[in-house]
Amino acid sequence: MKTIKRWGPPVLLLTPSMILMAVFVYGLIVANFATSATDNHTAAQATGVQPTVFVGIGNYLDLLASDAFQHSLKNLLLYTVVFLVGTMVIGFMWAWLLERPMRGEGIFRSVYLFPMAVSFIASGVVWRWLLNSNEGEQALGLNRLFQMVGLDFLQNPWWNNITWGIAAIALPAIWQLSGYVMALFLAGFRGVPVELREAGRMDGASEWQVYRHVIFPQLSPVALSALIIIGHMSLKAFDLIMSISKPSNYQTKVPAVDMYVFKSSFDYANSAAVGAILLIIVAVLVIPYLIYTNRKEVSGR
Amino acid sequence: MRRIGVVATAAAIGLALTACSGGGDGGGDGDEGGGGGTDVEVFTWWAAGSELTGLEALEAVFAEQHPDFTFVNGAVAGGAGSAAKDLLQTRLQAGDPPDTFQAHAGAELTDYIAAGQLEDVSDLYTEFGLTDAFPQDLIDLLTVDGNIYSVPSNIHRSNVVWANPTVLESAGIDPAAVPADIDAWIADLETVQATGVTALSVATTWTQVHLLETVLMADLGAEAYIGLWNGETDWTGAEVTGALEHFETLMSFTNTDRDGLDWPEATQMVIDGTAAYNVMGDWAVAAFEEQGVERGAGFVDFPVPGSDGQFGFLADSFTLPVGAPNPDGATAWLETVGSLEGQVAFNQAKGSIPARTDADPADFSEYQQSAIESYANDAIVPSLAHGAASPIAVLNAVSDATSKFTTGGSDLATYQQELAAAVG
Repeated sequence: MKTIKRWGPPVLLLTPSMILMAVFVYGLIVANFATSATDNHTAAQATGVQPTVFVGIGNYLDLLASDAFQHSLKNLLLYTVVFLVGTMVIGFMWAWLLERPMRGEGIFRSVYLFPMAVSFIASGVVWRWLLNSNEGEQALGLNRLFQMVGLDFLQNPWWNNITWGIAAIALPAIWQLSGYVMALFLAGFRGVPVELREAGRMDGASEWQVYRHVIFPQLSPVALSALIIIGHMSLKAFDLIMSISKPSNYQTKVPAVDMYVFKSSFDYANSAAVGAILLIIVAVLVIPYLIYTNRKEVSGR
Repeated sequence: MRRIGVVATAAAIGLALTACSGGGDGGGDGDEGGGGGTDVEVFTWWAAGSELTGLEALEAVFAEQHPDFTFVNGAVAGGAGSAAKDLLQTRLQAGDPPDTFQAHAGAELTDYIAAGQLEDVSDLYTEFGLTDAFPQDLIDLLTVDGNIYSVPSNIHRSNVVWANPTVLESAGIDPAAVPADIDAWIADLETVQATGVTALSVATTWTQVHLLETVLMADLGAEAYIGLWNGETDWTGAEVTGALEHFETLMSFTNTDRDGLDWPEATQMVIDGTAAYNVMGDWAVAAFEEQGVERGAGFVDFPVPGSDGQFGFLADSFTLPVGAPNPDGATAWLETVGSLEGQVAFNQAKGSIPARTDADPADFSEYQQSAIESYANDAIVPSLAHGAASPIAVLNAVSDATSKFTTGGSDLATYQQELAAAVG
């Protein structure tokens, strides 16, 4: 009786959300994997007019072997690297600059953080114009700007370059999320006790040495969190690409776009398989991090 | 396995829930239509501009012809129809179809037909006398295994070149002289390009596929072009190679920012005089007229050189979904859609032409009159880029291959192979 009183209310409170999660998150993930293991490639099969057959990992093997999907994965990798390096470096620099208390810090903080409030779709519309690939007389956007300041040689086709084009799409993403990374790092800097800095100085460390040996090492958990957050956002990249480019543009294909295109042509099995591959990639990134933080919390107790 | 079944059921419930909430926006949910009521939910992507005016005109005719039914507008805006198609897919999947929905006539219906989601309406063709009112070419293209699954409301032409006469004249080209074939046109394009203007404007992938289809029509001729879609013409043959070479050359005359644009921006380049030619379906005429640009002085139009005598057709049409809550209402709607009165009212507003051949051309604009004449006399061939020629999966594969080719990801031989694989 007593135990029910103790466990009852929390369980009762948790149950609705647990049921919803079980059905709509984990249940649908299972359904997704189940679909991806069938040959459900046509509208007729999706509605049950034609039978579907279990094909195991056949769809995955076909996808991974196809040039088109490899191209998408390559694009995704390039996008992620540029996006990660860009936001981490810029966010860190900004945080470092703002770390020392200064006048107007609040304003700078808001200015840098603000782009994050804009939706990718809205900023994509503007960046599509800025990243116009015309050069010479018809140039618009950034290429025109380069001409006006005499840096003509910097003109380039931006996202329409077949190999590096996807990196240009990372530019607006960096612009939007560097401020967020800055906020994370700023919190990290502030979390370092003043006593530690003073102790370092007492021991005769120069200002640079204080940063190098006292403060930076303590930022590594923050850096890891930022890496994971930006990394998984990057893997799910879809809206920004859809807004700047178009789903069928070869130069900006990524798996999430493939998933959309497969779905629109009633190819549910391949669409689900692409979704599963994305989930697995994210899991490979996130699960070690969760284990790591979990262990740290346990050992920290 | 059982557990998967439970999960699947749960997923189905989820889908049904989203479908209901989606349908609620359109105001025509199962609750209203399913009760044997008088509501007819008409699902379209005609939510703005001349399309909306057309739909309203059609609605007025419907109210007159069938006063005992109430029209419920289930239009979904966004993405040139892709938002509507997404929602429609979900609703059909969940067994909650609208009473009737808009779809491109022709092979794009293949998926719905194979999925058993559409009723055969060929009996209605006989009942409403549509068999004689529509041209035989069109009926042949709409017939699948002896059945017809939709009633076309309007016809557009795809193989039209729009040109700016001022730009042509300043390049020394007579705007009234139409090049005889693609080679002659390429010569003109070279002349224009030498003056520093974009010779041919094009936009993102689908407009490039649109250009490709018109080149195929021009180089192959009507019969061989239709053969591409029923397997009688070999995609790997030399004729197709020649057409693809032409396509490659034409693409070399186009604007470099094409992949970021959609058709209005590409057509606008011709209106503004920054480009000489644009190939686009005849809905482009609305873009010229809206800005007060007059046919003849402000723009000239002619069939893509070499495709004279062919009418690349695409059509919007209405269907009778299996399990429609109000099939009688939907049938009444189809009668209005197919009727002379309905087609004239709708097309006057939308700028397309009636699928019926008995409409009086004098009721329409100058461009429409010329289109009506070609429609009556030319060979009618299906458009690839707009779903008349092939199912969606084929079109997606063709688009992917085309985008890869035009961005430099494949050479012509690979492109041709990929096209053959996409269609085959």
